[in-house]
Amino acid sequence: MSDTNTSTTLTRASTSKTLAGEPKGRTGWDRVLLGRDAIMVYVLLLTIVVFSVSIPRFASPVTTGFLLLDVIPVLLLAMPMTLIIITGEIDLSVASTAGLTSAVLGVLWQSGVGIVPAIVLSLGVGVLAGAFNGLLVAAVGLPSLAVTIGTLALFRGLALVVIGDNAVADFPPELNQFVTSKLGATGIPTVMILVLVVILVFGVILHFTPFGRGLYAMGYSKEAARFVGIRVERSKFWLYVAIGLVAAIVGIYWTLRYSSARSDNASGLELTVIAAVLLGGVSIFGGKGSIPGVVASVLLIGTINYALRLGRVSDVVLIIVTGALLIISVIIPSVSTALARWRHERRVKQELPQG
Amino acid sequence: MELNLTRRSGRLAAAAALVASAALALTACAGGDTGGSGGDAATDDLSITFIPKQLNNPYTDVVLGGGEDGAEAAGFAASEVVGPLDASASSQVSFINAETQAGTNVLVIAANDPDAVCPAVEEARSAGAKIVGFDSDLNCRDLFVSQVVAKDVALVQLELISEQIGGEGEIAILSATANATNQNEWISFMEEELASNPDYANIELVAKVYGDDDDTKSFQEAQGLLQAYPDLKGIISPTTVGIAATARYLSTSEYKGQVALTGLGLPNEMRPFVKDGTVTEFALWDPAQLGYVAAFAGMALADGSITGEEGDTFDAGDLGEKEVGPDGTVIVGPPTVFDADNIDDYDF
Repeated sequence: MSDTNTSTTLTRASTSKTLAGEPKGRTGWDRVLLGRDAIMVYVLLLTIVVFSVSIPRFASPVTTGFLLLDVIPVLLLAMPMTLIIITGEIDLSVASTAGLTSAVLGVLWQSGVGIVPAIVLSLGVGVLAGAFNGLLVAAVGLPSLAVTIGTLALFRGLALVVIGDNAVADFPPELNQFVTSKLGATGIPTVMILVLVVILVFGVILHFTPFGRGLYAMGYSKEAARFVGIRVERSKFWLYVAIGLVAAIVGIYWTLRYSSARSDNASGLELTVIAAVLLGGVSIFGGKGSIPGVVASVLLIGTINYALRLGRVSDVVLIIVTGALLIISVIIPSVSTALARWRHERRVKQELPQG
Repeated sequence: MELNLTRRSGRLAAAAALVASAALALTACAGGDTGGSGGDAATDDLSITFIPKQLNNPYTDVVLGGGEDGAEAAGFAASEVVGPLDASASSQVSFINAETQAGTNVLVIAANDPDAVCPAVEEARSAGAKIVGFDSDLNCRDLFVSQVVAKDVALVQLELISEQIGGEGEIAILSATANATNQNEWISFMEEELASNPDYANIELVAKVYGDDDDTKSFQEAQGLLQAYPDLKGIISPTTVGIAATARYLSTSEYKGQVALTGLGLPNEMRPFVKDGTVTEFALWDPAQLGYVAAFAGMALADGSITGEEGDTFDAGDLGEKEVGPDGTVIVGPPTVFDADNIDDYDF
């Protein structure tokens, strides 16, 4: 970001002269240990320490289990959502897709389809829902905000059509137990293994593949990305398919964890996910963000929620805290950017006194 | 180099500010923490927690008020109310988990879904907690405290609407959420009765809509009903949020006095609409008694004097002795019908 500031300011001044000692951004360990991701991790660790000291019974494996079970849906959805927001798009329909998947799974299971085919078909429903969004956004070129507001209502409506006001609850108990089972005495849920795989897959795609670098380029400028040979439409389409698939996984997890398939499952989750992604340092305008920051942010919000709940703080306070955190996280980078620009301009004025 | 250092310290200062503000918020919140809920179940140190369907619902507030009175009268050392802001099933689970971890002895729950809360409730039970259902049943409790017999509630609402529309015409139901356990039970009793009772042969149930216990949504659903069914004679709203929103819509519309409205409402919320003639009669029980009895039932379970078997009896303070009926259900009392003559006698 300092690069862009430099260039815009220098167009007014001399272009032949470079400023001595102007840092080009952090490198090496500085970058790892002082970057925004690292700060999110420090805040998370500090929060955990503060709660362990101040809230009775917080520091126990039981917390790990319950807390992780609570954040898994957000954690899963935040991964593809990070990629989509980095490209400058958004998907508001994820929670509705999860609800639709849950409804389909419930109805299929109730009608006597085996649990494995029912799960596979439900995953298919999620992929189709994602592909539908992807087609409208990538192929037709409609704005993703408008498209996914539409499908937010559409998919939830379809869920109601599929399952109505019923709730299907008689899923195989072994499966319910598996979903809430823990790895030995650590308190870590078994399904976290799957979640880690998802995080790794999206992390590697974003940070270590040409496709991932292309997503950042698309977020900065769609046109420029197209000119350098990035297949913008195709990339977006597959991202929406991916988020549809992950939303389906969340729908299935939700159904089995709460052993209840209902049309209103996961409602409102999309905003929690987007809030966590933004708190994790992803720019809503695209082009900026990383997976580690988002993971830390999801865990931070989850920890605060769980700890305050354990401290029996009202949910009213919880949403205020989450909202305030989000605002603070948006304000601090812009304040520090503004400060950096102010310092830079003062230097330019000092070195080029003729103005 | 010097600049680099100041930039770095700037970033650190920003991080420190973030941490400090978070810590400030957290310690301020943690300050309200209670210290009284021990894990051991000595009778004089028992704790009870109420988990309603959602917070900030006027009806629930009255139930919980009664519950806290009951908890104190029954001898609980600590009583708490926690719950979600939205009436969804899954959001209750994390509260149950937190209470399990806090070692609460009695959990009094109004379930948003009879099954979705059960895995979490089973964990609480295996940790030694007693589970009392109230308001809306769940499939994994020791005891369920019911306001009234579900069928009576359904029938009294049908009687009221039939009386008000003169025994014939189209009626509609404006309910809470599509999955609400108790509303759906009442509605199914109403549907059965409409189909089987010859007195209601000329009444036709044309629509069931869901206001999700949200004031605005209920208001809009009421509006939609009257547009969609011009011949509608009456609306039954078996939920306090729904009936108040519908009454507000009717009282400002051309349908005031033309379309009958009844259901389950809070006297304080319905008073203006009864006085201005929008509503003639509606029903409800005294919700405070529900919470009161639930607290005493919890105490009786926790101190081991009852197990929740049919025929068990326990003392419910001012309300006398209550008996556990079939299916582990305790009935508080019959529903009350409110009209212009008696509504001023009630304050909830």
